Amino acid sequence: MRRILLIIACFWALQGTALGQSHDNHQAEEPHATEAHARHDENAGHEKAHDDEEVDHAAHGDLCAHAGGHQEEEFDPAATAYHHISDANVYTIGPWAFPLPCILYSKEDGWSVFMSSRFGIGHHGNGHKAYRRYVLDEGVVKRIKDPGFPMEEVEIDGIVHQEAETADGKKKVVAWVCYNGQAFETENKSTADFGMFGGGVTSFYDFSITKNVASMMLVAILLGWMFIYVARKYEERDGKAPAGLQSFIEPIFLFIQDEVAKPFLGDKWEKFLPFLQALFFFILGLNLFGQIPFLGGSNVTGNLAVTGALALITFIVVNINGNAHYWKHIFAMPGVPKPLLVIMTPVEIIGLFIKPLTLMLRLFANITAGHMVIIIFISLIFIFGQSGENVGGALGAAVGSTLLTMFMMSIELLVAFIQAFVFTILTASYLGAATEEEHH
Amino acid sequence: MGGSIAAIGMSLAVIGAGIGIGNIGAKAMEAIARQPEAVGDIRANMILMAALVEGAALIAIILSYLTA
Repeated sequence: MRRILLIIACFWALQGTALGQSHDNHQAEEPHATEAHARHDENAGHEKAHDDEEVDHAAHGDLCAHAGGHQEEEFDPAATAYHHISDANVYTIGPWAFPLPCILYSKEDGWSVFMSSRFGIGHHGNGHKAYRRYVLDEGVVKRIKDPGFPMEEVEIDGIVHQEAETADGKKKVVAWVCYNGQAFETENKSTADFGMFGGGVTSFYDFSITKNVASMMLVAILLGWMFIYVARKYEERDGKAPAGLQSFIEPIFLFIQDEVAKPFLGDKWEKFLPFLQALFFFILGLNLFGQIPFLGGSNVTGNLAVTGALALITFIVVNINGNAHYWKHIFAMPGVPKPLLVIMTPVEIIGLFIKPLTLMLRLFANITAGHMVIIIFISLIFIFGQSGENVGGALGAAVGSTLLTMFMMSIELLVAFIQAFVFTILTASYLGAATEEEHH
Repeated sequence: MGGSIAAIGMSLAVIGAGIGIGNIGAKAMEAIARQPEAVGDIRANMILMAALVEGAALIAIILSYLTA
């Protein structure tokens, strides 16, 4: 029972660490994320405006010429895929959008806490209201740069996306909010990395319970309930054969214990078993939760911040438990000639950081790739259907794409287990290497 | 949609990882055929080795993605 409680405590610890960071911050997805919307060929005047802090409203007036109506737009599979794998401030299940709490902080305005239903969530997670200079753009909260924009809740005419060129010559999509016939520039979505990953520094920070955080909480509660239930069953049915949920959990639990913890950790396996079990079941739960179709398609383990937090926990646990033998092998490998140590030591130190880095990237890339492939297969229907013009093409592609998607889904089911297992087994092997006693 | 040198970098990384993981899989199959009773140990080690090879390829892919 104590072990089970430890596992639950580990879940909540993992949960808390990932909570504040669930907004992914790789800049590369930014340029594609919003391309599906109107592309304008506007005069070069706006580039200057983008660089200056001052926004020239008059030059952007024509941006909003047709922002009110829903314009015909060409289907862009890449943009759709990026939209579906990224985090959001609304939880969409089929046609229904469930609002989530927004917890936003900016230096000038302080904390703003409200439900995202205040934005009036409409089609595609676009809000038609602005509140305290925040707007909802495709499910993501953004802030209007101009301090002259009204602070109270106001109706906006729409959000227009336009490609702009940044100072270093890269193309980037900027969202403009149309209000009273004028265009107001918005900032990037919030990142808490101080511009390290190229997303830029924003004037606000988003600590919201986003789609990913909500899914994580749901999975943690579900797993917590499962483990408490199974633990009670073990007390009740002491000495009897497992039944019900017990017989589902037990083989997986024993597999991790016998195939991962015992071979890699030697006689210290009991100390690290709760950590390994928590890691495995948390990752497996999130992987499988993301596989459920129509349930918001939450891509939690396909988020760099989440996998990064998990890898960071592994890094800390491994290095805190590292013994003298482990550190000696990093800083002064025994039995190696002194001049060679000049090369060996830096390589070993880099290796120290590469290990959690690959843990983070492996889980992220595998899960994201799976989600993207499924979305692209579903996009085939729209590509062959030419956005609704070619019904025959759409029907034909629908049959093919259903089969391909079902095939991919079953592969992804396998990948969900394998990646959770790989993360756990690698953590165990790093822990094993760090706690190994000297025997030569 | 435009091709770039980064795309070539990504594909080279994938070719390398593909050869590596292919070799691991082939040798693991051989080993299992030779010693079917050791299938559990071989499978676990095969997955571990494949994950390590994959890690190097993933770093290359992410780096080329970021510099694209």
